[in-house]
Amino acid sequence: MQQKWLFVITPKTKLIDLNLKEVWQYRDLLMLFVKRDVITLYKQTILGPLWYLIQPLFTSVIFTLVFNNVAGIQTGVIPPFLFNLAGITTWNYFKECLTATSDTFKKNEQIFGKVYFPRIIMPMSIVLSNLLKFGIQLLILIAFYLYYALYAGAAIRPSEYLFLFPVLVLCMGMLGLGLGMIISSMVTKYRDLTFLVSFGIQLLMYISLVVIPLSLFQEKGVEWLVMYNPMGYIIEMARFLLLNEGNISQFGIIYTIVSSILALLFGIVIFNKTEKTFIDTI
Amino acid sequence: MMKDDVILKVENLSKQYRLGLVGTGTISHDLNRFLARIRGKEDPYLKIGESNDRSTKGTSEYVWALKDINFEVKRGEILGIIGKNGAGKSTLLKILSKVTGPTTGAIKSKGRIASLLEVGTGFHPEMTGKENIFLNGAILGMTKKEIASKLDEIIEFSGCERYVETPVKRYSSGMKVRLAFAVAAFLEPDILVVDEVLAVGDAEFQKKAIGKMQDISSQGGRTVLFVSHDMAAIQSLCTRLLVLKNGSVIFHGVTNEGVKNYLRPTFIKSFDPIEIGENIITQFNIQNSTTFKSGSDLLLTVFFKINSPVFNPFFSIVINDSRGIEVLQFHSRGINFSSDFCNDLILDLVVDDFNLHLGDYSIDFKFYDGKSYEFKNIASLKCVELMNFKISTNQYHKLNNSLYYNYNYSVK
Repeated sequence: MQQKWLFVITPKTKLIDLNLKEVWQYRDLLMLFVKRDVITLYKQTILGPLWYLIQPLFTSVIFTLVFNNVAGIQTGVIPPFLFNLAGITTWNYFKECLTATSDTFKKNEQIFGKVYFPRIIMPMSIVLSNLLKFGIQLLILIAFYLYYALYAGAAIRPSEYLFLFPVLVLCMGMLGLGLGMIISSMVTKYRDLTFLVSFGIQLLMYISLVVIPLSLFQEKGVEWLVMYNPMGYIIEMARFLLLNEGNISQFGIIYTIVSSILALLFGIVIFNKTEKTFIDTI
Repeated sequence: MMKDDVILKVENLSKQYRLGLVGTGTISHDLNRFLARIRGKEDPYLKIGESNDRSTKGTSEYVWALKDINFEVKRGEILGIIGKNGAGKSTLLKILSKVTGPTTGAIKSKGRIASLLEVGTGFHPEMTGKENIFLNGAILGMTKKEIASKLDEIIEFSGCERYVETPVKRYSSGMKVRLAFAVAAFLEPDILVVDEVLAVGDAEFQKKAIGKMQDISSQGGRTVLFVSHDMAAIQSLCTRLLVLKNGSVIFHGVTNEGVKNYLRPTFIKSFDPIEIGENIITQFNIQNSTTFKSGSDLLLTVFFKINSPVFNPFFSIVINDSRGIEVLQFHSRGINFSSDFCNDLILDLVVDDFNLHLGDYSIDFKFYDGKSYEFKNIASLKCVELMNFKISTNQYHKLNNSLYYNYNYSVK
């Protein structure tokens, strides 16, 4: 008798086994996870979603005081506070994506150990729910932008390429998701990486041009510190698009896009390899 | 035609686990494995490994939690899976539900598999019952539309109507199970995998859940794989039975046959001769020919060997509850055995209308040789080793508090 099987479970894995059809079937789950992340984060808090805004604002204030007022870093025509806020808002999206996805397997061990659904739904939902948060934080950035432009009379204007901003966000999403998936896969076996991520991300911020502009690195002749960091280019480009300030190069653009795509592809490959048996090693 | 339709086929399925901690040894093994793979060779660690006997100390770091499992399940069947702790039941279900992959072998399926392994995982404590119905349903593979169309039924089945707008963290554990099972019950997979979920719910809910599983299979034509230690539930629900032992299938077939073979094992593995007065009991064994079920007759068979003739012997079979308190005693006083019996003795105890509460029980067998002053306990059978010494369906409630049972000893 001819047997037609719907699916076969075997130990073998293909290199890229991303079943997009299956992910599409579970799209409702993806949205429900996003919803869950958003509505449960600030349950039983008084300020609720205001925390979304408080965190970047306070960070920007402190950074402005420390780096610009005390250390005297120059930001040109751009008010230092706005300069920092733009950098931090953008950086935060990447940071949140990376740190939250990097413990996908460990954090969801319970649920992954009980039921099957395409595992990639989980990191994808994190990237999406952070996008929402990023959107809210962009609003506060726009509010300050308008304040500086209209009331404080700062000579700022967005670049004519502002419409490319979503591409930048996409690159950040891919980079954060890809790196996060790679780390989360390796964490299942070797927990050492969790320690690396938590302080590594702090260090990475300083060479990602969040507070120190690229021009200063060039001036001091230590450009190599930031040259190979795609996040550095992304932050610099974000500031260029939003504030029309900073220098971007063709190399930077191509390097960023290529490394984002590579990170995502590599992430998917490793993640797929891990998801099948991680529950035995975690 | 439908009946012969194989929906699930498991072929040579094995699963290997590494024992001990993940340490530096892991990296070197990983490297060896990687080297073997790029040279196109077999995984060097697949060859070693011992069968998974929990109680014996092994030499290998690797064990086979499952070894060469083969079976088929037909559409509409309810397959019960039983075995002692560590027999591989959960591992099998985990592989079936794609939570983890097999080491070797394959599972072929013609239908969607959904699992109900441990209910309530995936519930977010901060979200309300209703929100969790949607989330849990989606985790189990339903679309939002499907859930919305069944929402009222799900809430009704769970019996938690009043709490649907309350965060799940305020629920009692029983309510969580009810809610989770309700979601899964309305799931429409071709194959539903259920793992000991009913243990938490109360009797009313267990009955409801078992009824629902029967409906799923008889009306929906869907297949259920049911893992449980509850023999009564297995017997009333399952058409076929799979018995696992140390990672291998030792029985697969019709439930009743399996119950007969598996549930009437030789209870006592080794029996050390016991001295009673001048006599020595050299062999002893006890079997129950029926299952322990309230409302039906009980039949216990005792095998017995003694070295010299005993006159006027006296037996007693004692049933204790889980706290060790004697609840029933069947003694042979007043029953005349032929005075010269010796050697092999097979003794049957029949109790009419056996009736006990739900729970675990143990059995003691006592013997008195009629001469010495010893009334010695020959053997104690613990409920833990004997799954069927657990009474779990009390289908028969006798209202008179009769302390007298009609029972009868007979010698073969």
